[in-house]
Amino acid sequence: MSLKKKAAIVGVYEHPTRFAPSKTTYQIIAESAREALADAGLTIKDVDGLFNAGGGGLIGSLALADYLNLNPSYTDTTNYGGSSFVGHCAHAAAAIAAGLCNVALICYSATPVSTPMAGIGGGGGGGMVGDPSVPFEQPYGPTIINGYAMTAQLHMHEYGTTSEQLAEIAVTTRLHASLNPNAKYRDLITVEDVLKSRVISTPLHLLDCCVVSDGGGAVVMTSAERARDLRKKPIYVLGSGEAMRHAAAGHRDLLDIATNDSARQVYQRTGLTPKDIDMAMIYDSFTITVLMQLEALGFCKRGEGGAWVSGGRLRYDGEFPLNTDGGGLSSNHPGMRGIFLLIEATRQLRGEGGPRQAKKPLRTAIASGIGGILGYRHAAATVILSNE
Amino acid sequence: MAEEKDKKAYQKPLPSWDEESRPFWEATKRHELYVQRCRDCGFVQFQPRAVCVGCLSPNVQWVRSGGRGKIYTFTVTHQNPVRGFRESLPYVVAHVELEEGVKLLTNIVDCKPEEVKIGMPVEVVFADVTPEVTLVHFRPAR
Ligand SMILES: [Zn+2]
Repeated sequence: MSLKKKAAIVGVYEHPTRFAPSKTTYQIIAESAREALADAGLTIKDVDGLFNAGGGGLIGSLALADYLNLNPSYTDTTNYGGSSFVGHCAHAAAAIAAGLCNVALICYSATPVSTPMAGIGGGGGGGMVGDPSVPFEQPYGPTIINGYAMTAQLHMHEYGTTSEQLAEIAVTTRLHASLNPNAKYRDLITVEDVLKSRVISTPLHLLDCCVVSDGGGAVVMTSAERARDLRKKPIYVLGSGEAMRHAAAGHRDLLDIATNDSARQVYQRTGLTPKDIDMAMIYDSFTITVLMQLEALGFCKRGEGGAWVSGGRLRYDGEFPLNTDGGGLSSNHPGMRGIFLLIEATRQLRGEGGPRQAKKPLRTAIASGIGGILGYRHAAATVILSNE
Repeated sequence: MAEEKDKKAYQKPLPSWDEESRPFWEATKRHELYVQRCRDCGFVQFQPRAVCVGCLSPNVQWVRSGGRGKIYTFTVTHQNPVRGFRESLPYVVAHVELEEGVKLLTNIVDCKPEEVKIGMPVEVVFADVTPEVTLVHFRPAR
């Protein structure tokens, strides 16, 4: 059974907060749900599917249902890191297509700035205390960043990718953030600024890394049929893909990222090719995360991402707009920002991007995330969305 | 006495072990490095498990590694707020590929961080960090 145009995103809301010392994560979710449902023209009484990733304040689906006074007939707490919400979009489309729920609420909040360490795992290498891999990694000082850094180092070694090329991604993303009044950092930066920022873990600099912010958001989905009568133009799910990579029992290949599989699935399931995609929302935990996903998604060949991202191609007014909200690199990153990929892709496909709206006409967008940690273990989730 | 001092001084996280991994850590205490090979399908695996994850056979055999390999990839870590590591900055984290064919995470020691390169031949060096725990580090091959 194909999921093509069976379900649609009908309401979205990105909470504007980047620092919320006076709010609980539950409150941020409730506020986001209220606005996303209003965006759709629905109410909380319509929601019978609840999708969240736990974590980020240790919100389990039962505790969240309790707080929101929901009695969902279908819940999914898939958590494989920041890409989980892209997976939730796929799972919600499947559940809606199968008749297991009618109105799905995907939601997220975390407040790591105002509540340091909230929702942060203990393993360092993307593992939690008690995971079997942790005793073989944690004694050696893994960090989130050094996992990505080792992957970047290998990509540079194999393909000649440069720090300047990675910096292009951060520079473009900051340009987009400068057009987003809610973005955490809005002052323009240059390639030189990125290269002059301090090295966190070779070869990644401070400005190759995502920001840390508080935040949250919500996405409402329903069947294509019901979507037609709602407030906004439906943004259809055309298809999805999900995959994982890890130590492979000692046989890992860091250049073969999970997105290679999720991309193959999503193109096979939709019948589309990279040429059919008009813009991309790509999880930008680090600059290297974007570069390698763009290659895996087939927008350029593996190893050629460095040259491909250069020259302004990824700007909102360029030929392939990317991360038009300013991304995790400049706008917001409460720890797992996959939900914002769905939200901004929807806004762009609706033409609601305001000053950062893509200049080219848009019919399709790809949202693709890497959760967990490149270099240790990670999960990819990819969806293709369309406004027609 | 040096051990007592080290025990007090050592602040980095230590591995915990269970019945699946105990032989590995008992071996490192003897300054021996082991991987596993499946007697049924030949799959070589790391980290150690009670079953082969190539075929789920219980017939996994401990195989002593020669302790030689090369650096698959690495990074010089300049920021880590975790106690023990923040005092050791910058330090090198690497995936090392053993000659037995499996990769493991480790630290590269006994050389300057800027000398570390992908593909560099390395050899195991056992770090007795506490009286109970010996970690597996690597250094440039001599
Ligand atoms: Zn086997």
